[in-house]
Amino acid sequence: MFETTSLISPTAITSSGKRIRSEEMILNMGPQHPSTHGVLRLELVVDGEIVTDVIPHIGYLHRCFEKHCEKMANYQQVIPYVDRMDYIASMNMDWGYALAVERLCGIKVNERVEYIRVIMAELQRIASHLIALGTYGLDVGAFTPFLLMFRDREYILDLFEMTCGARLLYNYIWVGGVSHDLPQNFIQKAKEFCKYFKPNITECNNLLTFNEIFIKRTANVGILPADVAINYGCSGPMLRGSGINWDLRRDDPYGIYNKFDWEVIVGKGEMGTLGDCWDRYICRVREMEQSLRIIEQALEQIPEGNVQEAIPKRIRPNPGTDIYVRTESPRGELGFYLMSDGTNSPYRVKARSPAFVNLSVLPEICRGYMIADVVAITGSVDIVLGEVDR
Amino acid sequence: MILQEISDKIRQQFPEAVLETKIEGQIDPFIKISPPYIKDVCHFLRNENDLQFDFLNCLSGVDYGKGILGVVYNISSLALKHKATIKVEVPVAEPKIHSVESIWKTANWHEREAYDLLGIQFTGHPDMRRILLPYDWEGFPLRKDYKVPEFYNGMKIPY
Repeated sequence: MFETTSLISPTAITSSGKRIRSEEMILNMGPQHPSTHGVLRLELVVDGEIVTDVIPHIGYLHRCFEKHCEKMANYQQVIPYVDRMDYIASMNMDWGYALAVERLCGIKVNERVEYIRVIMAELQRIASHLIALGTYGLDVGAFTPFLLMFRDREYILDLFEMTCGARLLYNYIWVGGVSHDLPQNFIQKAKEFCKYFKPNITECNNLLTFNEIFIKRTANVGILPADVAINYGCSGPMLRGSGINWDLRRDDPYGIYNKFDWEVIVGKGEMGTLGDCWDRYICRVREMEQSLRIIEQALEQIPEGNVQEAIPKRIRPNPGTDIYVRTESPRGELGFYLMSDGTNSPYRVKARSPAFVNLSVLPEICRGYMIADVVAITGSVDIVLGEVDR
Repeated sequence: MILQEISDKIRQQFPEAVLETKIEGQIDPFIKISPPYIKDVCHFLRNENDLQFDFLNCLSGVDYGKGILGVVYNISSLALKHKATIKVEVPVAEPKIHSVESIWKTANWHEREAYDLLGIQFTGHPDMRRILLPYDWEGFPLRKDYKVPEFYNGMKIPY
C-alpha cells in the first residue's frame, strides 16, 4: 500500500543513466553496536552501499514484564518493574501505570500531587530528550554536545535525588500519590535550574542544531510521510515530526496539563522534506523549551497538601473490569491495558510501549538510503531497548 | 461518536457481526465481534467517513481461562478524536483470527507478539514469527496453564 520510492545514489548510476546493481549482501548490525543504543540487531540487506531492506530482530532484553505482573502480590508491586521498562524516563512510566490503576479503581488524587507529578514528568522529559539529542549527535559524529547535555542532565538527576533518593529508577509516583513530599528547598532549586538551563538550549542550537554538517547528515534523510506514520501507529516526536499536530497531553487530557499555557511542537520541514530526521530532532529540542514553560508555571502555582492522603491500603478492582490508559511519554504514546479478576494482583497487564511501535516503521524509512544513514535514522527514532523488549 | 452509535453502524453494515455491545458498568465500553468478521469490520471502521479509525493504539492478547483466548483492539481516530474498544474471542483449541495487518501496519508487530506470548495465530499475516522470545522457544508463556520448562536446548534452566 505504501510504496517508498527508492532513492538512487548518484554513484550507482552510469553516465548513460543506467543503474549498476551489485550482488545483494546481508550485513548484521548489532546486537553489539554503539549506534543501536542497546542490544538491537538490524539485519541489513545491502546492494553495494545502498540498503534495500532492514529486518529488526528484538527481544535480547526481554524480561517477561507482563508475566511478572501477573505473579505480583498486589498492584503496587508492579511499579518498580515499570521503572525498568524505559529506564531513562522512569517518572513518565510510573505515572502511566499509576494513572491506569487509579482510573481502574476510581481513585482521585489531590491538587498538590497533580502538580508534583507534572513537574517531575516534565523534568524527566527534558532529561530524556537530553540523552536522545546528545547520543544522536554522537551517532552522526558530534562529540561535544553529548558532554554538555549530560552535564545539564546531572542537575535534573540531582533534583530527583533530593526528592526521592534515587537518580535513575525512582519508584516515586505511587498509586494515589507520591512516595515523598517535595523537600523544602526543591522549588527554589528547580527555579534555579530553569534559569540556568534556558540559555543552554541556545548553546545546543548553535553547536548542533544549525551546524552545517549535522544538517547535511539529517535533513532529507529517513523521510516518514504523515499517512505512513499514522498507519504504523507512530507517536510522540516521530508523529509530530511528520507534521501531525497530536499530543496526548492536550488531545486526551490527563493530570492538569490543561491548566498551563504551552504549545504542541510540530515539524515543518525547515531544512528539507517534512518528516525527515532533522524534523524529529528539532521537535525534541523545542519540546524541552515547552516543558520548561510548564515547569515554571507549575512551580509558581503549586498548592499545599498531603501527598499521601489518597494512597489506598488495598487495591481490589471489580472482577472483569479492564481499561486502556494512554499517556504521553517522551517517546510517544505509552499505553497500559489492565484487566482485573477481582483479586489483589492484576490478571493481565499489557504495556503498549511507544518505542516498540516506533521501531516497527524502521524498515519503511530506511530503504534506499546508505548504510551510514541507517545509523542516523535509528538514532532519530530514539529507542530505548528496555522498553522495546520489556 | 459514542460507542452505541458505532455499534449500530457496524450492525447496519454487517448484521451478524456484533455479538455484544457492553456499555453499562464498564470503564471502557466495548463491542464484541464475531471472529470471522473482524477484518471486514476493521476495514469498515477505518474507511467509513464519519468513523475514520485511522490509528490502532494497542492490540493485546488475553487468556481468559476456561479454554478461551481473546484479542482486544484499542482503536482511535486522530481526525475525529474518538476511540473505541473491539474484542474478539476464540477457543484455545483453534486460536485463529484474521490478521488486520493490511489495515493498520501497527498490528504487524503486535500480532507477532500476541502469537509469541499467547499462541494466537493470525491468518493472512505476512511474517508470523516469534518476536520477543528466541525463535526455538517452546510453549506460550502468557497462557494461564503455562509451565516453565526445565530445559532449553538441552541446558538446564536453574530458576
